[in-house]
Amino acid sequence: MLNIPTWNRVLIWGVVVLGLAFAMPNLFYDRVERRNDAVTAIEEAGGDPADLAGDLGGWPSYLPSSLVNLGLDLRGGAHLLAEVQVEEVYEARMDSLWPEVRNTLRDLRAEVGGIRRQDAPAGELHVLIGNSEGMATALAAVRELAQPVVSLTGVGASTLEVEARGDVIVIRLSEAERAATDNRTMIQSVEIVRRRVDEVGTREPTIQRQGQRRILIQVPGIGSAEELKRLIGTTARLTFHPVTGRATSADAEAPAREMIVPDRDNEGLFYRVESSPVLTGEMLTDAQPSFDQNGRPAVAFNLNTTGSRIFCDYTQNNIGAPFAVVLDGEVITAPEIISAICQGSGQITGSRNVAESTELAVLLRAGALPAGLTFLEERTIGPELGADSIAAGEIAAVVAGIAVLVYMGLSYGLFGLFANAALIINVGLIFGLLSLIGATLTLPGIAGIVLTIGMAVDANVLIFERIREELKTAKGPARAIELGYEKARSAIYDANITTFITAVILFTMGSGPVRGFAITLGLGIITSVFTALYVTRLILVIWFERRRPKKIEV
Amino acid sequence: MRLKLVPAETNWDFFRFSTLAMIGSGAAVIASIVLFFMVGLNFGIDFRGGTTIRTEANSPVEVGEYRDALDALGLGDISITEVFDPTFAEDRHVTMVNIQAQEGEESVSPDMIAAVEAALQEVDPTITFPSVESVGPTVSGELVQTAVLAVMLAIGAVLIYIWLRFEWQFSLGAVAALVHDVILTIGVFCLLQIQFDLAIIAALLTIVGYSLNDTVVVFDRVRENLRKYKKRELKEVLNLSINETLSRTVMTSVTTLIALISLYVLGGDVIRGFVFAMIWGVVVGTYSSVFIASTVLEKLGVKRDWSKPDGGAGTQFSNVDA
Repeated sequence: MLNIPTWNRVLIWGVVVLGLAFAMPNLFYDRVERRNDAVTAIEEAGGDPADLAGDLGGWPSYLPSSLVNLGLDLRGGAHLLAEVQVEEVYEARMDSLWPEVRNTLRDLRAEVGGIRRQDAPAGELHVLIGNSEGMATALAAVRELAQPVVSLTGVGASTLEVEARGDVIVIRLSEAERAATDNRTMIQSVEIVRRRVDEVGTREPTIQRQGQRRILIQVPGIGSAEELKRLIGTTARLTFHPVTGRATSADAEAPAREMIVPDRDNEGLFYRVESSPVLTGEMLTDAQPSFDQNGRPAVAFNLNTTGSRIFCDYTQNNIGAPFAVVLDGEVITAPEIISAICQGSGQITGSRNVAESTELAVLLRAGALPAGLTFLEERTIGPELGADSIAAGEIAAVVAGIAVLVYMGLSYGLFGLFANAALIINVGLIFGLLSLIGATLTLPGIAGIVLTIGMAVDANVLIFERIREELKTAKGPARAIELGYEKARSAIYDANITTFITAVILFTMGSGPVRGFAITLGLGIITSVFTALYVTRLILVIWFERRRPKKIEV
Repeated sequence: MRLKLVPAETNWDFFRFSTLAMIGSGAAVIASIVLFFMVGLNFGIDFRGGTTIRTEANSPVEVGEYRDALDALGLGDISITEVFDPTFAEDRHVTMVNIQAQEGEESVSPDMIAAVEAALQEVDPTITFPSVESVGPTVSGELVQTAVLAVMLAIGAVLIYIWLRFEWQFSLGAVAALVHDVILTIGVFCLLQIQFDLAIIAALLTIVGYSLNDTVVVFDRVRENLRKYKKRELKEVLNLSINETLSRTVMTSVTTLIALISLYVLGGDVIRGFVFAMIWGVVVGTYSSVFIASTVLEKLGVKRDWSKPDGGAGTQFSNVDA
């Protein structure tokens, strides 16, 4: 027991040294952070190393440079929890399905009779047919439009559910397709939010899908949640609609399947347009700011194959008719079609200035959100409040640490000092591990560390108390130390595993700051067991080997 | 000379107080439950939905003036609490303004926050708003469910672990102790009306962990002593085990309390409620592991024949490092 093999010793010291090395950059937080930012700037944005030499030189590159991330409550920033309105996608799908259904059924006019789209609940398409005897044919034809669902779980299912309700064909997305669509919508939304946040270029934003239909967005350093909402809340949905007329107010009566859309620049001007768009922003492959033939700012775009075919057909058949370019429910321009456009590219005019055309191009490139977002939770924490919390946490931790060190020293003398050394190493190891796994430190996390300072001595206390007891039965110091470790072990394991279980549950169930607490608590348990069972023991054994005391007092 | 809060050797009869402890704890538990239903917890926005705005100003706060300014906006239930903290500078005056969740709205509208901020700026031009947090009713409802589930899961997991490592009687004793601790903590939050938010749930789970930590150490010794003194009465063995581990129990509680108290005093007002919950939990947890857990174990009795493993689920595993 008191003979610890050399490789074992090397291993223990190795872990300690490595842990402390990873913890060290946190002592020079500002300097290391500036250096890391400089490195990122050079790698990603192609910054000039010469300009950033000052920052780069602040921290040698051969030393570890990962830092503990500071949570929003410590650094300040904005936190949003958004819910994606996945149902909107069903509606859009039904709208875009209508022209296809219409064309299919028109070809069968002889059998089916006249067709009319009826108002339907959201996410359904209702089509009234003139000749009810043709229903079977009509259903079969519409079912032909469905495709197999593309997803892992929905294999074999069809995308559409088509049924007859009297003279009405009811079309909606199938259950499997809805699930597959939801999933695609979420992946797309997260990606688009990420692209938009990246455009602002703040440090280490968190953008995570949460549950079925939510996105968690945390951006440190941004002024307020409002600002962040403006950035990601814009849908940037671009659509091209045939214009059927003009109106003077938003409340004007619109014929079925048409809608009234306000003009963006001219107050009081409204367009009547068909609800189903001819083209949507998803068909765009690229968008760049440019100028039209009169030298006014515009956005040039390219269409994918489907888009260019549809656009070509439409423009060919509707020369002379106006069509509207609608962005998030406002008409930005409504030109007349002068000639067929078949080369798969075009221009959106109507930008007021270059800044606006550039922004529009960026939003179009980043893509539209497939569905709107509603915000369920928003938090803004000012940087000063965070700085205050860090300062208060630091002072509290230092005072707590010193008080515990003194108390341990008074209670156990020399052995207390050994435990103290282990305690200091322990806190170092927690920071080392936090940096290594890139965990986020929150205010409750700091509380977790302080709590660990108090509880970390527990394992050592158990051992020392046990050694005291064993000494009473006078077996000689070496034997007492040995027995002390042996007998205390099961209590140490049981006590710490139970606490660890609660930390794990906290981590899985909790979010944000609570999770930060769970991480420091959990890591603290691991490191304190390690330091008590290995580090303190090693220190004790080294001391014992040198002194060979005949008597020890714990 | 060593500092010793507990004499090196004690032989106190803890079971002399066991009836008293059970009656006292029972009364406290009932009182807590009554308080919970009669008075209720002072839920923060995490659990109730709504908006919390932290304000800071250089001139002293007149809560009445703030209230008058905000009542004019017609936002329903508003509470304004002044925050005092020893770490604040003389001219730093902080309040927390709580606004209830608005009818029919998931999240607060930017207009409302702007209106509130403008109204308060009218009262005091130096005012700033270091944090604005708002939670919609949907999320807060889910947070309540998750929180309750987390506490139940933790208790369940612990029940199973101790049952595997010891015997079911130990398991029930430990769980009785920690349910006692959790209920008393909720009771004290009802009594003092300290804001109850997500962080307090974290504190509750930590209390579960801590209370257990203490109980398990005592039980570990009980298990050892049951093997050692096969002829002694259970009550005697329990008492002996508590006495033997007493010095450690006190030592660990004191170091933890030292750390927590310094955090309570110096750690700032943002986490004070959280730290308070943990301090209370450590005190109650230490008490319950000595008095409640052991008494329950004593009442339930325990199988004494440790030498022959009977193949039961508990004993196989518990012999691993025996």
